[in-house]
Amino acid sequence: MELGHVVVLAGGLSYEREVSLRSGRRVAEALRTLDIPVELRDADATLLDSLTDDPPDAVFPVLHGAAGEDGSIRDVLELLDIRYVGARPDACRVAWDKPTAKSVVRRAGLRTPESVALPKEVFHDLGAASVLDQIVRSLGLPLFVKPTRGGSALGASIVNEASDLSAAMVGCFAYGDAALVERCVSGTEVSVSVIERHGRPTALPAVEIVAPGGKYDYTARYDAGDTEFVTPARLAPEAAERATAAAVTAHRALGLRDLSRTDLIVDEDGEVHFLEVNVAPGMTETSLLPRAVSVAGLDLGEVCRDLILARF
Amino acid sequence: MEQHSRTDAYTDRYAARAAGMVPSEIRALFAMVARPEVVSLAGGAPFVSALPLDAVGAMIGDLVAGKGAEVLQYGSAQGDETLREHICEVMALEGVQASADDVVVTVGAQQALDLITKIFIDPGDVILAEAPSYVGALGTFAAYQADVVHVPLDEGGLIPSALRETLDRLRREGRRVKFLYTVPTFQNPAGVTLTPARRAQILEICAEYDVLIVEDNPYGLLGFDGEPMRALRADEAERVIYLGSFSKTIASGLRVGWVLAPHAVRAKLVLAAESAILCPSNFSQLAVREYLATQPWREQIKDFRELYRARRDAILASLDQLMPDGCSWTRPAGGFFVWLTLPEGLDSKAMAPRAIADRVAYVPGTGFYADGGGHRHMRLSYCFPEPHRIREGVRRLAAVVEQEIKLRDTFGGAARCGSTGVHTPGPDVV
Repeated sequence: MELGHVVVLAGGLSYEREVSLRSGRRVAEALRTLDIPVELRDADATLLDSLTDDPPDAVFPVLHGAAGEDGSIRDVLELLDIRYVGARPDACRVAWDKPTAKSVVRRAGLRTPESVALPKEVFHDLGAASVLDQIVRSLGLPLFVKPTRGGSALGASIVNEASDLSAAMVGCFAYGDAALVERCVSGTEVSVSVIERHGRPTALPAVEIVAPGGKYDYTARYDAGDTEFVTPARLAPEAAERATAAAVTAHRALGLRDLSRTDLIVDEDGEVHFLEVNVAPGMTETSLLPRAVSVAGLDLGEVCRDLILARF
Repeated sequence: MEQHSRTDAYTDRYAARAAGMVPSEIRALFAMVARPEVVSLAGGAPFVSALPLDAVGAMIGDLVAGKGAEVLQYGSAQGDETLREHICEVMALEGVQASADDVVVTVGAQQALDLITKIFIDPGDVILAEAPSYVGALGTFAAYQADVVHVPLDEGGLIPSALRETLDRLRREGRRVKFLYTVPTFQNPAGVTLTPARRAQILEICAEYDVLIVEDNPYGLLGFDGEPMRALRADEAERVIYLGSFSKTIASGLRVGWVLAPHAVRAKLVLAAESAILCPSNFSQLAVREYLATQPWREQIKDFRELYRARRDAILASLDQLMPDGCSWTRPAGGFFVWLTLPEGLDSKAMAPRAIADRVAYVPGTGFYADGGGHRHMRLSYCFPEPHRIREGVRRLAAVVEQEIKLRDTFGGAARCGSTGVHTPGPDVV
């Protein structure tokens, strides 16, 4: 069928607005190479009127962060009865909350680092020093601290010394009201994108991330620089297979749809550890999903088009 | 066969100076500031809507229709001569006597800063700058690999005794200072003004130690009380390189600024400008020339002053009323900015995401220091939002600071945001 009018939704009012705008432009450009009429627009106060007045054939949401990934914008699209690419709202809500997503994938048989998720009030009410001490006693060091919700590594940091944990918590609470403190698992950091093709979730080749100084933070992700991607990831064949299988398992267990990206650590024994999943993966020129698409010999525009067509 | 690819395939080809061009994660937050839901006390954008836009539009239309062949052509590297004469009239308002021959028109004063740094600075050379100092200047200095040494300021501007101590120390270390960079009037970011007594002292000290002064004066005509302050250049023609701009008195989008320099320096600047841009935009220059010749520009500056005064009053009244104990701030007598100091243990950069989430933006103090300082400070701009929006922004900011105090009390104020230092400024923070 011929697509007459596709809306790519990007921007929004989240910390990841800038990344989302870049992702949105990339998706729009990729679709336009196939002569698909694309309108790139922000999720703002004029959105609903515009979608109602001129309903598109489909919406491709590339909104990162809250609203885009917590299911709310998709709830609105459901209310408007407009087709959209990506996971349904209820699945988004589960995936968006990292501790909940970890529980779900653990039940599905995946390993995920031991962790604790606490709101900032707990530290206030029980005394930060005691709670932090207990976290270190229980989980050991090093630790990885990140907001329970959110992406792009904003507010995330690695803690090697107990004395640095307090600062990491404050940095984390700058981006959210609850923190996930995870035992750090060392190994190869890989990202596996999953796209549904012909109704089946299919893992793309794992991309290995080698960040400068081991720090794959916001700058390393989105500013062109020394971050290196190795494809396929330098893993033993069985480990590579386990990694791609884990991403498909996470996609299925969380009830996701169309596309997702799962971040994993493969330890030295080849065991795979689930870190988190993204329902609206980055699509920028430095992002992992477009890279995996290219390594798989696919065309990003065609992949996006097929995801849209699968909604009909 | 595995493939290795970097997010930037050119990292091993860049010049060493490109290493100083570092973005900041804060930059990502500024993407949200463009949304109308956010009250931005961050950007230093002039309120150009206050210009008589119809008249300016008609003037520019007539200019192109009547003098298109000149307006749309290349010009000279030094800039349009008639415009340079007008610039001398503007500078005369601050006591500066100058010849149009010694003026070079630039693409905003920012390009003047770049040209000056280019002709004076080798990697590792020392530039003195106020603490805090203009973020755009620090970015330029970093790009030329200068070593910026800060000299503190207070409510009366740059502190002469601190300048002398710094110069003594550097002399003992055998390091030569190439120039002192200062924004003496309605300083960006601190909003303070160098007192007349201190002006004389600073000139005297710089003469004694043989230090050049780069006087950056974009806000000088935007004082709220009395006559414009006398420029440093008004009392010292040889040692002072003066930078001016029409960005705040006419329109920032025209990108017309200038530098007034001693004759020999002027000659070097023209050559540097020629190699950088051939010539500044004739279109913009002639628009400014025509504006100064045909529009009531002095009255317009008065209108701008009144507009910014009302906004200054709004922000000071809101801060007085709403900010929690332990915060302090400067009380500018002109210009665009208030410099706010947070209570002990708070970090303006660390709390920036929380502020943006609560729909208010400011520029964290760290951007105005080349040495990692500024965590307890922030710059608040009152030039762009309407007074009622300023009040709302301060209300939101006060609530964020309250939360931050609670967080500090919980975690003991141990937290500091990771990265510091200068980053390449965008138009939203200058």
